[in-house]
Amino acid sequence: MSGPDLTKTPATAPAVPAPTGEGGGALLLRGVGMDFHAGRRRPAGAPAIPTLVGVDLAVAPGEFVCIVGASGSGKSTLLRLVAGLIRPTEGQVTLDGRPVEGPGPERGLVCQSGALFPWRTAAANIAFGLELLPMPRAERRRRVAWYLNEVGLEAYGDRLPGQLSGGQRQRVAIARALACEPRVVLLDEPFGALDVQTKEDMQLFLRQVWADTGTTVLMVTHDVEEAVFLGQRVVVLASDPGRVVADLPVRLPAGRDLGTRRDPAFLELRAEVEDLVRLHHRAHTSRLAATAG
Amino acid sequence: MSGTDLPLTAPAPAVADDRPASAASAASPVSPVSPAGSADPTQPAGPAGRAGVGGGPGGRAWGPPPRRRPARPSRLPKLGEDVSPPTRWVLRVLSVVVPLVVWVTLSASGAVDDTFLPSPAAVFSAGVDMARSGELFSDTWSSVRRVGLGFLIAVAISVPLGFAMGSMGWAQALLEPVIGLLRYMPASAFIPLLIIWLGLGESSKIALLVIGVVFFNTLMTADVVRRIPPDLLEVSGTLGARQHEIARKVILPYALPGMIDAARVNAAAAWNFVVVAELVAATSGLGYRITRAQRFLQTDKIFAVLVVIGLIGLTIDVLLRLARDRVGRWAR
Ligand SMILES: Nc1ncnc2c1ncn2[C@@H]1O[C@H](COP(=O)(O)OP(=O)(O)O)[C@@H](O)[C@H]1O
Ligand SMILES: [Mg+2]
Repeated sequence: MSGPDLTKTPATAPAVPAPTGEGGGALLLRGVGMDFHAGRRRPAGAPAIPTLVGVDLAVAPGEFVCIVGASGSGKSTLLRLVAGLIRPTEGQVTLDGRPVEGPGPERGLVCQSGALFPWRTAAANIAFGLELLPMPRAERRRRVAWYLNEVGLEAYGDRLPGQLSGGQRQRVAIARALACEPRVVLLDEPFGALDVQTKEDMQLFLRQVWADTGTTVLMVTHDVEEAVFLGQRVVVLASDPGRVVADLPVRLPAGRDLGTRRDPAFLELRAEVEDLVRLHHRAHTSRLAATAG
Repeated sequence: MSGTDLPLTAPAPAVADDRPASAASAASPVSPVSPAGSADPTQPAGPAGRAGVGGGPGGRAWGPPPRRRPARPSRLPKLGEDVSPPTRWVLRVLSVVVPLVVWVTLSASGAVDDTFLPSPAAVFSAGVDMARSGELFSDTWSSVRRVGLGFLIAVAISVPLGFAMGSMGWAQALLEPVIGLLRYMPASAFIPLLIIWLGLGESSKIALLVIGVVFFNTLMTADVVRRIPPDLLEVSGTLGARQHEIARKVILPYALPGMIDAARVNAAAAWNFVVVAELVAATSGLGYRITRAQRFLQTDKIFAVLVVIGLIGLTIDVLLRLARDRVGRWAR
């Protein structure tokens, strides 16, 4: 387990001073388990296996951790537990030592669909969380402008989500979560619905935003390449039940660019993680075939 | 059939330098460089080379699926196709003019007795007479006031109820059975009861309107509210919104266009019920005017009142539609 990356090169400073938030928070999962059917009669045909068991995970302040796993391994469930949208049936999630008891702005969430408010413009979407706080209108507008600029959409503030491209929508979703200056940003396959070129841009963009804001990032993806490219650590999740099977540090230079993808260290780690994901996915499908047959 | 007869059944090459599978696979290890212009020999042979294995292509036990003759290019409008603005206006004008022309020819030809189907001119002059005597305006005002009041009361009850049902499971469980039952009781059947309870005055008519509208509008509002994507609610929570803030800042703006649509549909029902109420017991109103005219066989007056009712309904509909399009611009 590695600490925050101190070798990270400072980002090119934006024109407006960066947010004054104290940076990232420390996330800790201890023995977290989730059984959606716990305490209820199991519906016919539902597997007798909990979705997650015994997940231990520590994310240091300012760290960027990626979780990979095949579809159905419980990645989204894990993230929703951290977001506080569901409560674990075992164990505990804490942020900076305080237990997570429900959703809150200190744990920002970005999902694959973006979940933008379709009746609000890009700027108004970003302003949503700030509108709930006792904050003068001018101050709110200043912050929204900073985040619009940070995500490169200063010219698109008046557009409705329906008038933005998929990549632009995800940028707004990320800015909306960041505007509350969360201690952790949780991303659930945020680029899963984007085309390859846009995805590449968005990955570089996300690294940049992380460097600018210093927040802790916990990202879930099924794309191993993406996980290794973005993360400082890659955590591999296996299915049936969902559990952590590997937690690998990514030993790559902090300033990641497109050349990183050709770095032998990158290729080696990518292959290692891919093999792990494949191994556990194969085991999972053959178990399924065995129970069906 | 077995795979061994492949070389025999492999079709002859269509083009000179396109070789059968057997020849291609035999040649590839020896000469990796293909003759000029030919396909790459290291690639597996194309569909032609695979045909015939195990009956069908690729070993499948069936032939190609039957083909249909392609649709003839048609000048008729396609499903879901929009018409050009000029065409649209022509069609809109036709939609009013054609029934009018049918009406004019029917009454002018004398095929139908004037008492049953008065001519448009007679209806118009009856309307002008009623307007001149002032009874048209006072009757319209009576009906509009009743509809306005009854509909507002119904909306004021049904929107909060529907909102609660659509957004909260317990409200749904509590209200759905009783409202689902009441909805099937015809409002007109309540008229005798309402007269017994509330007398012949205004309140019984307004109560009928409320009964006729409130249950449908509640259920329709609940349906609209229920359609909100759950990820919007979840993300609102992670942005720090409390329950009442989610209701006000997320569910309400999301559901507003649909709620106006529901009100639009039920406004038409409200007009039906006010006329029904006035037909039974009233001393003013458009429905009352219709019963009066019936007593003296003044069909031209009945028609004039019907036209007025239709025009007012249309106005309400257009206004609500404009409101819907204003608040629901994002949905298009
Ligand atoms: N609300 C729920 N109720 C019951 N089962 C669920 C629920 N959410 C997820 N699951 C189950 O948990 C497992 C993991 O789901 P998920 O976390 O979405 O996986 P992933 O995101 O890795 O694809 C799946 O088998 C899914 O059926
Ligand atoms: Mg998922």
